[in-house]
Amino acid sequence: MTAVATDPTIAEAGAESGASIGVVTFPGTLDDRDAARAVRLAGAKPVNLWHADSTLAGVDGVILPGGFSYGDYLRCGAIAGFAPIMESVVSAANAGMPVLGICNGFQILCESHLLPGALIRNDHQHFICRDQELIVENTNTVWTGDYSQGQTIRIPLKNGEGGFVATEEVLDELEGTGRVALRYQGPNPNGSLRDIAGITNDAGNVVGLMPHPEHAVEAGFGPEDGGGIDGQGFFSSAVRTLVTGR
Amino acid sequence: MARVVVEVMPKPEILDPQGKAISGGMSRLGFTGFGEVRQGKRFELEVEGEVTEEVLAQAREAAEKLLSNPVIENVVAVRAIEEA
Repeated sequence: MTAVATDPTIAEAGAESGASIGVVTFPGTLDDRDAARAVRLAGAKPVNLWHADSTLAGVDGVILPGGFSYGDYLRCGAIAGFAPIMESVVSAANAGMPVLGICNGFQILCESHLLPGALIRNDHQHFICRDQELIVENTNTVWTGDYSQGQTIRIPLKNGEGGFVATEEVLDELEGTGRVALRYQGPNPNGSLRDIAGITNDAGNVVGLMPHPEHAVEAGFGPEDGGGIDGQGFFSSAVRTLVTGR
Repeated sequence: MARVVVEVMPKPEILDPQGKAISGGMSRLGFTGFGEVRQGKRFELEVEGEVTEEVLAQAREAAEKLLSNPVIENVVAVRAIEEA
């Protein structure tokens, strides 16, 4: 993995190319600032987007951050899935724009049908907050290209409704087509079927995951074990793709 | 005022942790005559005027599109109720 925060070449490349990544704030979003900071540390320009906007302000990629959009009313991510900005996000994603959904953002991607499946209350019924090991299983997505296949990373996980569920057919299809991007390592934290922590769409431009890479991008602020910067790769991968086209 | 009631339940094959927690509370309070508890949702949609077949059709569409998530839930009832 490239430590982009300290790599001036990539940071400059991001700035020179004018690569910009939008971070959407819904009412109840919590992690938009950390996501914007992660984008900045990866060398791209973060752009604040508002749920009631209908355009994406010319950004090259979009992050749907974590939190409790619309108070988790109805179902987590359900109301956000129909927010005005999501129409633009869905059509841009279908046209290939990189889109990353983290935690509540993952729930929103599922509710807006950009990703299959759904996220339900943790099987043990408790909110969970801990540093979590993940295995990177697909490095061919826009958001995971800077990791190596099978790499173990450690980033924070914090959710009450993180149990990934889908029909057996959908799960088999996800497995068979390499679309399980990240899997929980060790004890399953929330009852997610087949230990799935994150998935990608077929094209690899849309990725959703429950754990929080944006909380592990700067030494001293992420998990204590393993350096605390294992989340950088998500943002550096996307910036590299936007800058170099691969 | 007429209303359309929409009822949504978690699919039988989907784990219902809320129902499980309620079931634990039931037995602690001595309500021992019950087994599994499953928790669903009831929506009441106010209707101006009569509940026509068209209104019901719209309610059914809303139930499928917004009020439930077909991956994890079933719409078990969409019906009109009259209030005095």
